[in-house]
This record gives sequence, structure tokens and C-alpha cells, in this order.
Amino acid sequence: MGGFLKSSVARKFAMALSGLFLVLFLAQHFTINLTSVISPDVFNEISHFMGTNFLVQALLQPILIFGVCFHFIMGFVLEIRNRRSRSINYVRFNGSANSSWMSRNMIYSGLVILAFLGLHFYDFWFPEIVHKYIQSHPEDATRYYGELVAKFESPVRTGLYVLSFIFLMLHLIHGFSSSFQSVGFNNKYSKGLRGFTVAFAIVIPLGFIFIALFHYINNVQ
Amino acid sequence: MSVLDSKIPEGPLEEKWINYKNNINLVNPANKRNIDIIVIGTGLAGGSAAATLAELGYNVKTFCYQDSPRRAHSIAAQGGINAAKNYQGDGDSNYRLFYDTVKGGDYRSREANVYRLAEVSGNIIDQCVAQGVPFAREYGGMLDNRSFGGVLVSRTFYAKGQTGQQLLLGAYSAMNRQINRGKIQAFNRHEMMDVVLVGGKARGIIARDMVTGAIERHSAHAVVLASGGYGNVFFLSTNAMGSNVMAAWRAHRRGAQFANPCYTQIHPTCIPVSGDHQSKLTLMSESLRNDGRIWVPKKIEDAEAIRAGKKKPTDLSEEERDYYLERRYPAFGNLVPRDVASRAAKERCDAGYGVNKTGEAVYLDFASAIERYGKEKAFTSGHKNPSKEEVVKLGTEVIEAKYGNLFQMYEKIVDQNPYKTPMMIYPAVHYTMGGLWVDYNLQTTIPGCYAAGEANFSDHGANRLGASALMQGLADGYFVLPYTIGDYLSKDIRTGKIPTDTAEFDAAEKDVTDRINKLMNAGGQHSVDHYHKKLGKIMWNKCGMSRNAKELQEAIHEIAELREDFWKNVKVPGSADTKNAELEKAGRVADFLELGELFAKDALHREESCGGHFREEYQTEDGEALRDDENFKYVASWEYTGKPSEAILHKEELVFENIELKTRSYK
Amino acid sequence: MRINKSLNLQIENMKLTLKIWRQENAKAKGKMVDYIIDGIDGDMSFLEMLDVLNEDLVNKGEQPVEFDHDCREGICGACSLQINGEPHGPDKLITTCQLHMRTFKDGDTIVIEPFRATAFPVIKDLIVDRTSFDRIQQAYGYVSVNTSGNTIDANSIPIKKENADDSFNAATCIGCGACVAACKNASAMLFTSAKVSQFALLPQGEVEADRRVLAMVEQMDKEGFGNCTNTGACEIECPKGISLENIARMNREYLKASVK
Repeated sequence: MGGFLKSSVARKFAMALSGLFLVLFLAQHFTINLTSVISPDVFNEISHFMGTNFLVQALLQPILIFGVCFHFIMGFVLEIRNRRSRSINYVRFNGSANSSWMSRNMIYSGLVILAFLGLHFYDFWFPEIVHKYIQSHPEDATRYYGELVAKFESPVRTGLYVLSFIFLMLHLIHGFSSSFQSVGFNNKYSKGLRGFTVAFAIVIPLGFIFIALFHYINNVQ
Repeated sequence: MSVLDSKIPEGPLEEKWINYKNNINLVNPANKRNIDIIVIGTGLAGGSAAATLAELGYNVKTFCYQDSPRRAHSIAAQGGINAAKNYQGDGDSNYRLFYDTVKGGDYRSREANVYRLAEVSGNIIDQCVAQGVPFAREYGGMLDNRSFGGVLVSRTFYAKGQTGQQLLLGAYSAMNRQINRGKIQAFNRHEMMDVVLVGGKARGIIARDMVTGAIERHSAHAVVLASGGYGNVFFLSTNAMGSNVMAAWRAHRRGAQFANPCYTQIHPTCIPVSGDHQSKLTLMSESLRNDGRIWVPKKIEDAEAIRAGKKKPTDLSEEERDYYLERRYPAFGNLVPRDVASRAAKERCDAGYGVNKTGEAVYLDFASAIERYGKEKAFTSGHKNPSKEEVVKLGTEVIEAKYGNLFQMYEKIVDQNPYKTPMMIYPAVHYTMGGLWVDYNLQTTIPGCYAAGEANFSDHGANRLGASALMQGLADGYFVLPYTIGDYLSKDIRTGKIPTDTAEFDAAEKDVTDRINKLMNAGGQHSVDHYHKKLGKIMWNKCGMSRNAKELQEAIHEIAELREDFWKNVKVPGSADTKNAELEKAGRVADFLELGELFAKDALHREESCGGHFREEYQTEDGEALRDDENFKYVASWEYTGKPSEAILHKEELVFENIELKTRSYK
Repeated sequence: MRINKSLNLQIENMKLTLKIWRQENAKAKGKMVDYIIDGIDGDMSFLEMLDVLNEDLVNKGEQPVEFDHDCREGICGACSLQINGEPHGPDKLITTCQLHMRTFKDGDTIVIEPFRATAFPVIKDLIVDRTSFDRIQQAYGYVSVNTSGNTIDANSIPIKKENADDSFNAATCIGCGACVAACKNASAMLFTSAKVSQFALLPQGEVEADRRVLAMVEQMDKEGFGNCTNTGACEIECPKGISLENIARMNREYLKASVK
């Protein structure tokens, strides 16, 4: 596998697969979050399941973390290599004439997402780990909704979440459909598929923004 | 008088090549490893020759002035490649292809060579398809053909309008395979400056690395010149900017005779010159003449008004237009052969009827075709009384489907919409049939020095048929040279590597450096282009579409004077030991200035009109070409003596045993 | 005076400011140099405009600007030039030699740079070394067939018209390098994939397809081209309109060949 990943095409393929995997995860995460708007009980129930199920914690969570790390590290590696492949830059480069802003700035939207992940881990994941595995609190299947809502008291945090989701949207608009091209899928269905990926890329982050704002506004009231 | 031995094999026409192949000497594979061959030029002829010779086991070195072999000007050929495959079942055969080619060449080519060309034409298609050349196909999966250049069968294979590109990339891929094997060393951005003779045989070249300016010596047991034609002697032509005669001319100066330099093909449907800044002419497919009608204004005042921008072509009524081809050649009309159409356009423009600002353009009008197709289409779709607008709309659609890409190209260059206003066209130099004299083996009069493709004179006589240039280049390279050169090299298996530290190489290199120094240190008055443009003007005006003795004599003098001035006053900035485009051009123009003179001399001596050579003194009462088979049925091959106008003529009599000589008529 | 109809601007006798990259040789340090040029006609091609500049420079005893060019009809692929930040200039589906000055207007400033990529080092001024493309093709850009004269008949293997056409469309690549120049990553995937596709689509080329794609991609990576991030800039700037589908096909072919 190490040898395989030395080639440009294989790296591209790996980048696309990890990206597609993260898109799946995002859809799942969104679905769960959405329940917080509809029914706190359902949200608590699913959150508890996810947080305590052995399979999720011991198998899916490490895979996810690996996927996230892989996607980021490979993204940086490729970016550095790509920059090296043009050692002298143009005085004038009119990229907007032939490509979208999103496609040219995946590294920046990615960096914003990385920063967001830091915040997100700080907000939820680290406290959760500390809560469960270090402080070894007794199980409480109803605490999740309250913790969630509490986080959206701060307008600054809410604002940062909204901003991050906008960058996630930009990242996905290019990234989702691009991953199909990378795995070699480009045919008569591609146009329709592109429509779907763009819709997904816009709707899901908008949904996340809606959830954040929903809880923020509820807090204010 | 003649020292020319064409070495045509004995036997009936159709058995000559087979017998020849059966009886030549071969070089065994182990010995091929010890033999080096230099190939100059990597177009269809050079690329295919290099690939095939390397495949056989010879060590090949290729040289081209471009940055990659793939950029040779063969790439620009549009139409197609002929082959006597008879896939359409329309009665084609090797003999028919042979017959059409000889007749098209106005009976000035060598029968045996042309027959061989026809014979291997089918193999070319097989070979190219096997290489992965994506020819056009029909829905049944079979290769598609079209007819071309007024012949009676469909034998032209094509890949849209990019046949030359696809065939060249095929040859280039074959080269790449050999480069990967280490059998070809490709020297790109290298220009051959001279050929080196050792003991009377071609044994190497002097080349200049165009990036570093280094002068290099390369030795070989044989040298193949596949360096293309010399159309750029006219400055403006459809050739690439870098196309030049240097390799062929250097060989000529060392003893290779130059044959029929005056045979030039001038293509009638090119985009006219728009001003003095023009560097190059663009050809548009001849197929346009199938639907376009060619005309100029009847009254000279109208022509003047149009030139001054006071009138538009669409302002002129039918009665005010002179459809001169239809008037002069009622039978063939706008479809007369290339040379006839070209001369007629020049005649009208010279008389003052030209229609663009330079006065050198005629109209090619699609209005009546649009109307005709429009009505037809309206009728077949059930419109009994279509309005004028509907007819134009429908007709335009038909024309667009047929010629859309050409119209687009025209609009891009000229900035006029050819659906609305007539196109403007003018003839331009396109191909040169003349070249280094070669025998049946494609060997020049220097032993060990071969010439292939447009660089030699052999197959097209006085005029080349459409879609035959690609065929000849590949035939020479893939299927002829690999045999004939082996026969020669079989005597070289014990020679061993040719050393480059000999007196012959010393002397040749000194010649080259002296010449470069002379160019670098000349008076510095005028740029190279200044001279090239002047030469082009002389050539176009006096050695162009129609020629006469007086002007040809003037041309000889004027070119000699211009050459003298050039060597005194040319200005080449920069240094010789770096990339220097001006120096490259200077070297090429210096040789054009010699070739031009020989060109004029050849045209002056040939007192007849045939194919691409039209002498005003030798025409019928109706202004048609008058061939003189009694006195001029020969190849004029010129030996260099120091001054081109004093070159010595050698004649190779042409013998026609399989074809009856006839006069062309298009009335 | 002729007027550009759509822009209603003067296109005869234009005066322009050119900012051109000048570099003595591969090792020298280059810089942008300004030139003022006058009397430019809209009918001139971009390269003819540079001819005018060079004629001026020669007459003034200065070094003319070196640039690659040959056929001047958009097929040889020699001409390059990054013009105002785009390969082959602002118009689409053409090469620099087919770009006409009527695209610009009086008083414009035009920035002219060489195609930039680590795998395309500058030789002099605007000339770059594109032999990396040749080496990619030498790696396996061919069908291994000898020139015997007895190759099977051209019509013995029928080929679907659609495949022959797709193969042809991929094969129209002129190897100019605009794809690399346009790509923010200087990736050569469009070029490489066009060659891979041409052969992969034909029965003649299919036999060696696995070995071919592996060898050509390996060479492409060795040359130091960047990685494709699917921005699509190459497809837009390609003078022959080579499709991104070819890159997807190359990816498929590569993965297929890798798992075998």
C-alpha cells in the first residue's frame, strides 16, 4: 500500500475515498443533530447509544479519526508537493477565468474546517472523553441535550460555527463531486450526480447552521 | 551529358519492387548494431524512417529544429492520405492510383517510383491502424473514405481535418518506442549545418545545438535528409515559420543535385494577406470550392470602391459580378484544378479587380449555395412557399453543417461573417514538388546521402494531387528506405565506427563556424526579415504563379544582388553561443537566397508550361498550359558550381511505358 | 478607421504596454521588462505583434524576445505564452498564434510570461523546455508493433465509431502544455490521460493498456508535475478542448492496472 500511495493517481484516489467517507459521516452526524431540534429525547437516546456502544466507540470512532487525519495529512502533503511543482510563480495568474474559487482554495477551506474541528473537539469531544473515561462519571442518558444547548449560549461560538459551516459548504461544493472524478466516475450520469452533490454541499451545512442558530435563539429567548 | 542513373530495376512495372526486394543485399542483425544512421527531420518521412531503421537494429540519431519531433510541419496537413485499398469497391487499384498520380503530376514523374508508391500505399494504412491512429470510421466499424482532388474513386483515409497530425503522432509514437529501447537518440532543437563527406560518401553532419550554440560533430554510415520543402523561399507560404531548405541546400553544395526546383504548388483557397505585418498564410480546405462561387466585380470602379470601403460586395447585383471561372471554364467552373484556379485569380487581381485593401483577393461566395440548399430543404420538409428569410436560415444550416469549422476559422482570422458576406481568398504557396534528385533507392548523387518525403523530387512530377504528400512521406520512411538503405549499408559492415576527429570533420566544422561568424559580424544594417521579405516579393512577383523569361532573368539578377547585400549588411544581434532566433533565421535565409536563384534559373530554362510551372510564353490561345513533351520530358537536375545561376544541368529522360501522355483540358 | 463592432473601440493603430519576462538563459535570473509598442493593427496575430516588437528591438540593436512558435495555425503546439494570466491568452479553444490583437484595445497593458512549471524550466525569455512531455510519451505512449508491411489488414478489426471518435478526440492533443500552465498545481494529468485514453479506447492499444498507464503515470510523477485537484482549468484552457473525462478514464485504468 505504501508503494501504491507513492503515485499521484493513487493519492488522488485515496483523497477521494477518505473524502467520500467523511461525507457519509457528515450525513450521519447531521441526521443525529437534527433530532435535537425535533425531540430532545430522541437526541439523547441516539447520543447515548453512540457514546456508549462498544462497536461505535472501539471500531467506528478510530476509523473516523483515522479518516479525518488521513484526509488532512494527505491534503497537506499534496498541497506542499503541488506548490513545489511550480517553483516560480506567475506575476499574473487569472485563475478565475477557468476555475471556481472553491476548487482553487480547498486548502484554505480545509484549514478553516481543521480549526473548527479543534474548536468542536474542545467543545464536545474532549469533555466527553474526560467525562466518560477519565473522571468515570456514572452513565446519564439524558445529559446530552442540555450540554448541547448550553454550548450555543455564546454568540461568538455560534458565529464561529456558522462561519465554519460556510467554509464547509465551499469545501464540499468542489470536493464532493470532485471525488467521483478522482475515482474515475465520469460519464453520462455525471451531470445529474453533480447536481446532487452540489445540493448536498449546500443543504447539509445550511442545516447545521440552522441547528446552531435554532439553539442560540432558543437560549436568547 | 547525363551522369544520372536512376537505377530502376528491370522487369515489368508491377514486379519491379518485388524483384528488387528479393535481390538486394541484407545486413544481418548482429551487424546492424554496428551501423549508425543519421536522420534529419522528424516529420512523416523522417519520423517513420527513423523508427523503422531503429526497429531493424541500426543505431539512429534524429535531428530536428523543433523542441519535439512531434511538431514537424507534417502535422498541419488537413485533408487525408490516399491508399489504393479499394474498400469502397469502386474499382480502385494500384494501377489507378499510379495512373492518377502520374497524370496529376502532368507526366513529369518517374513511373517506377510512382508505381512503388501506389503498391505500398495499402500497407501504410494497415501500419497506421496497428499503431493506434484513430482514422474516421463508419457505424459498421470499418474505415471511412472520401474522394479528394477530383479523382474518380474514394480512396482518401482521414481523421477529421487533422490527418497529418494523427499520422505524425503515429510515427512519433513509433519513434518513442525506439527511443525507449535506446535505439534512437533524438537531438531536438538541433539544426543540421552541413553534411560531411569522407571519401566521397556521406559520413556525418555538423549540427548546431540551438540552445547552447555548441557546434557538434555526428558521424554515421549514412545520412537521410527528410527536411521538407522550401516553400518559405517565398517568405509568405502555408509552411511553418521554421521550414527551411538548409539541410537539402547544404547537401546540394556538397554534391547532391537539386531537381526541378521550379515546380511549386500554389493553393487557391487561402486567407488573403491582410497587411505588411503578415508572417504566414492559412490554408482553407479546397472542399470550399464545391459550394462557393468565385467572383470579382465586373467594373473596375466597383473594385476600387470596395477596396476603399465605399461599397460592400453584397451591394453588387448579379450583373455587376464577374464569375470568371464559370465564364472561362464552363465545364469545370469553380472546380478547375488548383493551378488553374490560382492563376485565374492572379490574372484578375493583376488587372485591378482585387477586392481587399491589398488588392490581392477574390470573393468566394456562398449566397447561391445557401439559397439552393435552403430551397431544397424547405421543399423536402414540406414548405411549398418559404419566405426568403426561411430559405436563408435553412440554407445557412446546411452550409454550417458542411463547413462550420472552416467558416469559424475564417471569421476568427478575418473578423467577418462569411455566412453574410462573401469570403475573400487568394492563392498561396503550399508545397514544393522539386527537391534533391534521388534514384530509385532514394539516394542522392552523394553516395550514402538519402532524401525522403517533400525533400526529394521523386513522385509528384510537376504537380501533386491532394492527399498524396502524406502517402509519399510515409511510404518513403516506413517501406522504401529501410530496404534500399540496407542494400547500401551491406557494404559497410566492416567499416566500424566513423571517427569524427578527422580532417574532413575539421574542415566542415570550420566552414560552419566561419559562416556563422560572417553572419554575426556583417554590416548590421537590416534585419534578417527585411531580406527575407524582399526575396519573397521577388519570388512571388517573378517566379510565382505565372512566369516569363524577362522577369525570370530579372529575378536571377535581383536575387544575386540581394544576396550580396545580405552578406554585407545583415544585422544579427546577440551572440552565437546561446539561443538566437535571428541567427537561426539568418542561416536559413542565406540558403534561400541561393536556392531562389536556382529556382528562377530552372523556371527560365523550362520552356513549357506544366503542372505548377506556368510560362506565359507557352500557353494556348485560351490561356491554358502548353506542355512540350518532345523537348522537356525530363527531370532537370542541377549540379552546384559555386554560383546558382551557373549550375550545370543534368537531364534524366522520363520514359513512359505504361501510360499514354495526354493534355489536360477543363473547358 | 475600423472599429471593433462589439466593443466599439479603436482596433487600428493601437498603442500597448507589454510586460514581458526576460531571462538570458536557464541559469540566469529573469525579470519583467516593460515595452511600449505602437501601430498595432487588430488583424495582427499576437505573435505578429511580437514580430513587430522584435523587428524594433533588432533595429535598435537590442536583444529580441525569444519565444517558441512554428506552424502559426494552431496545430504544431510550439507556441505557448501565459498572456494576462491565462495560457494562450483570454480567448478559448485557440493557441497563441491564433489569438488576434482585436481581442485587446488601445492603451491596454499585456503581461506576457512563460508557461510556469518546475517540469518546464525556462530556456530563454519566454521559451520553456517541454521535453518532460516527450519523456512521458517515451515511457509507453505507443503500441508495440513492428513495421513489417504484413501487419493485419486495417479493416480486420472493426472498431465502434463512438470509440474511434473518442480516441480521436483524445488524440488531438497538441502537447502545448497549456493544461500544465493553467493548472494551479502544474499537473500534467490532462496531457497524460489524453495519450492513455487514445490507446485504451482502441483494440490495438488495449493489449498493453495496463503496462502503459502504469509506466506513463510513473514517468509523469518523476518529472515533478503536480497532482490533479479537479479544478477543471486545464479543460477550459486546452486549445483543443480535451475533456476531463480522459483524466477519469486514466484514473480508472490506473486503478484497474494496479489491482491486477
